[in-house]
Amino acid sequence: MSAHAHNDNDFLFKYIFSTDHKMIAKQFFLTGSIMGLVGMLMSTFFRLQLGYPGTSFPFLEAIMPNWAPDGVLSPDKYLALVTLHGTIMVFFLLTAGLSGTFSNLLIPLQLGARDMASGFMNMLSYWFFFLSSCVMMASLFVEGGPASGGWTIYPPLSALPEAIPGSGMGMTLWIVSMALFIVSSLLGSLNYIVTVFNLRTKGMTMTRMPLTIWAFLITAVLGVLSFPVLFSAVLLLFFDRSFGTSFYLSDIYIAGQALEVEGGSPILYEHLFWFLGHPEVYIILLPALGITSEVVATNSRKPIFGYRAMIGSILAIAFISFLVWGHHMFITGMNPFLGAVFTFTTLLVAIPSAVKVFNYLTTLWKGNIRFTTAMLFAIGLVSTFITGGLTGIILGDSALDINVHDTYFVVAHFHIVMGLSGTFGMISGIYHWFPKLFGRMMNKNLGYLHFWLTIVSAYGVFFPMHFLGLAGVPRRYYANTEFPIFDNLVDINELVTVFAILAAAAQGLFIFNVFYSIFFGPKAPQNPWKATTLEWTAPVEHLHGNWPGEIPEVHRWAYDYSKPGAEEDFIPQTVPLAEGEEDSSH
Amino acid sequence: MLNLLILIAIVVGIIAIGKVIRVMELSSSIKGENSWLASDKDHRTQSRLMLVFLFAYFIFIIWQIVEWGDEVLPVSASEHGVIIDNLMTTTWVIITPVFILTHILLFYFAWKYAYRSDRKATFFAHNNKLELLWTAVPAIVLLILILYGLSIWNETMEPLTAEDDPVEIELYARQFDWTARYPGEDKNFGDVSVRHIEGVNMLGMDSTDQNGWDDKYVKAEFYLPVDKPVQFYFRAQDVIHSAYMPHFRAQMNCVPGMVTRFNFVPTITTDEMKEITGDPEFEYYLLCNKICGAAHYNMKMVIKVVGEQEYNDWLNEQKVFLAVEGLQEEAPVETEMPSEESDSSNTEMDETELSAQL
Ligand code: HEM
Ligand SMILES: [Cu+2]
Ligand SMILES: [Cu+2]
Repeated sequence: MSAHAHNDNDFLFKYIFSTDHKMIAKQFFLTGSIMGLVGMLMSTFFRLQLGYPGTSFPFLEAIMPNWAPDGVLSPDKYLALVTLHGTIMVFFLLTAGLSGTFSNLLIPLQLGARDMASGFMNMLSYWFFFLSSCVMMASLFVEGGPASGGWTIYPPLSALPEAIPGSGMGMTLWIVSMALFIVSSLLGSLNYIVTVFNLRTKGMTMTRMPLTIWAFLITAVLGVLSFPVLFSAVLLLFFDRSFGTSFYLSDIYIAGQALEVEGGSPILYEHLFWFLGHPEVYIILLPALGITSEVVATNSRKPIFGYRAMIGSILAIAFISFLVWGHHMFITGMNPFLGAVFTFTTLLVAIPSAVKVFNYLTTLWKGNIRFTTAMLFAIGLVSTFITGGLTGIILGDSALDINVHDTYFVVAHFHIVMGLSGTFGMISGIYHWFPKLFGRMMNKNLGYLHFWLTIVSAYGVFFPMHFLGLAGVPRRYYANTEFPIFDNLVDINELVTVFAILAAAAQGLFIFNVFYSIFFGPKAPQNPWKATTLEWTAPVEHLHGNWPGEIPEVHRWAYDYSKPGAEEDFIPQTVPLAEGEEDSSH
Repeated sequence: MLNLLILIAIVVGIIAIGKVIRVMELSSSIKGENSWLASDKDHRTQSRLMLVFLFAYFIFIIWQIVEWGDEVLPVSASEHGVIIDNLMTTTWVIITPVFILTHILLFYFAWKYAYRSDRKATFFAHNNKLELLWTAVPAIVLLILILYGLSIWNETMEPLTAEDDPVEIELYARQFDWTARYPGEDKNFGDVSVRHIEGVNMLGMDSTDQNGWDDKYVKAEFYLPVDKPVQFYFRAQDVIHSAYMPHFRAQMNCVPGMVTRFNFVPTITTDEMKEITGDPEFEYYLLCNKICGAAHYNMKMVIKVVGEQEYNDWLNEQKVFLAVEGLQEEAPVETEMPSEESDSSNTEMDETELSAQL
């Protein structure tokens, strides 16, 4: 299939209402990154307040006069920024941005499909996401400000406009935005699942699929099973807010008045929310780990170690992730026996996680490691995954969680294991597949600089937070100035803020590199990293239908790197097995 | 004007970087290399940086421990807190070596096996023994941790019984302060409901319930007797709050519509803790640890842990509900305390409310 006849609508359908998975991947990437950028800027704004409480920053007033009168962020707007920061980072950057970009780009290309099962649904998925982003951004400008109850929006705080200004119009828009988001996510995920099951090219058995695809597939399954539950949770919240029901409300006296609500329970909301909320962290993590598997194997010039164990651990993690949500609720007054069960299931997750880490390490062992920028970020991810994962063993243990729950220890833990691993995976993927996305190469030296600044400042931001948490500092605090027990922590807070600014500045290098390279980067060769997978057999120019002529046929697994007896240090999946040669996936 | 200058400087800077990159790319393409491909020199530099980073990371962590190790919470001031801290130490002892070992392997391999054109990677796709090893070992270690953790969890959450003769206190949270209520001589809390909240009766006490007449409540600070079990009940008026007493390793959410509980035995008085921490100003605090609105960061109460005598003296000084509310006129004349049902392990909380937490 080559280019169609031109007409005036071409631009519109090529760039805007495209049903081509590669274009949709780019759309997700751009929209997601812009959202991520906004989320990151928000974090530097509220970090300024935490690092230098009460200090006036006139530029804050210039940007948001009503939120930061005299250059000092107001307490409720501090919470608004934290809430949107969390929401944007988790959902918009690392769910839609990450899966949207790479599942879209790679599922058809790595499986040998002409496009997604339904190009139209795929396009709708992007447009729902786009609308959802617009609504979320619009909520910044409504009266009372955006949602301010934390990204978990627990009622009654999120249900009662009397409780915090952001629970007015801003909260309504948050719910509308998330409803659109969930539609987008479901359309996307169903498409990914159907495509993986039905559109694999000849020879592409399930056990020959690259681990990226396994990760995207299981991520999509997690999304399909858990997002509808979030939808019902926010729908009931919407009823409570707008139609006077009381699913989550009972015995409330606020703003000088006892409310006519009886019999509901906020705990119900927490259960529903975390039934999504926990799998959600794996919706972020699994694609990042999938990307890492691919990047580490390619650049170590070695097969990924323990391919089947990797698949097994993805499946195990996904399965267990539905049985652990209660670890966010140990101290809600839940029956201690239930807490014990959730501790048990939670700590089980550490086993498949450990398997993944050791398999990455073994893949590096006796490799011939090429330090592409993508590889640096993949190695960085292994480090953050270990550092953040190990503190999970503390938080998952109900007895220990009593004292660190909701403190900065948690903030440190989830940023390192989910925030850093997720973003490192995404950035690694961008560096690696940039030639596939945009047909050009990114600048290497800027990439190196970007990596080292990022990893140093990232640990500079999040490692010291463990100490804040162990000193008992709660999260979502506007300032640590009101408790004398926190007086000695000023230094830590300042250091964290300095690193946060450095981290944000370092991303400027990345953004610059992306945009510069889109237009001026050197033209990409077809297979720049000498990788085995199918996407590198497609021409650099984006064709509708991906391959001119026949779709390639697959004869071997995706990891024949440095196979003994072979001339080159990689054998593409399209090369037939030699006489007597065995497929190594077994 | 200044803003404009800054803007211009940024734009010029960006263009300059762009030009430099362009020159670098052109020069390497003249030399016939691919400017985007990692060169031998890159592999040397990056692999060395891997080692440098490994050391820098470890040194950074050690520096933090030296610098801030003393800022973390002091020894636990409660009985169960000590065993929780032991569990914490054990967990650190297990995860720290794993952290160190895996990081050394990660960055050492990255340095050691950096690309050389004269070498080929070893084809090593899987090994059942190894994989079994690192499934089984974490499984065993975790199982031990789980069992140890759960035994401590059960011990901590163990409800008190009548024999423990606990001091009972209700902590009541609202935007944005705390109130502590003591049941008074009859050891029974009076009924409460949001419908009764009015004026000074901010707890919503039912003034027809005689159990409540001698209840006492205080703000800003409350007292605990040392070495006696304390049974806490938690309630919230408006949104979810969380009663966090970090020095006692104690935390429980306060949820509108239900009553939650926690109990502990304070073991170190405020005065003793002043000595331990070397801080003459030291106080125990109750914090709010669930986002609850704009002043969430400033919702506090001082906790005084004192000897039994001092505790009793202090409690006797506090006014009873009846006196505070000035309700004597309306209330029946005999203010004699109903003593028949002073079962100390049980409060007058509605049983259904209690079971709501299960
Ligand atoms: C420049 C990088 C970042 C900085 C400096 C930063 C900083 C922070 C801080 C200090 C908080 C806690 C605020 C408080 O409790 O008062 C926070 C909350 C949060 N951050 Fe980040 N963060 C960054 C990147 C990310 C990323 C990449 C993610 C992606 C998962 C993320 C997700 C969250 C979430 C979910 C919350 C919780 C929001 C809430 O409490 O409702 N952050 N961030
Ligand atoms: Cu979780
Ligand atoms: Cu509060």
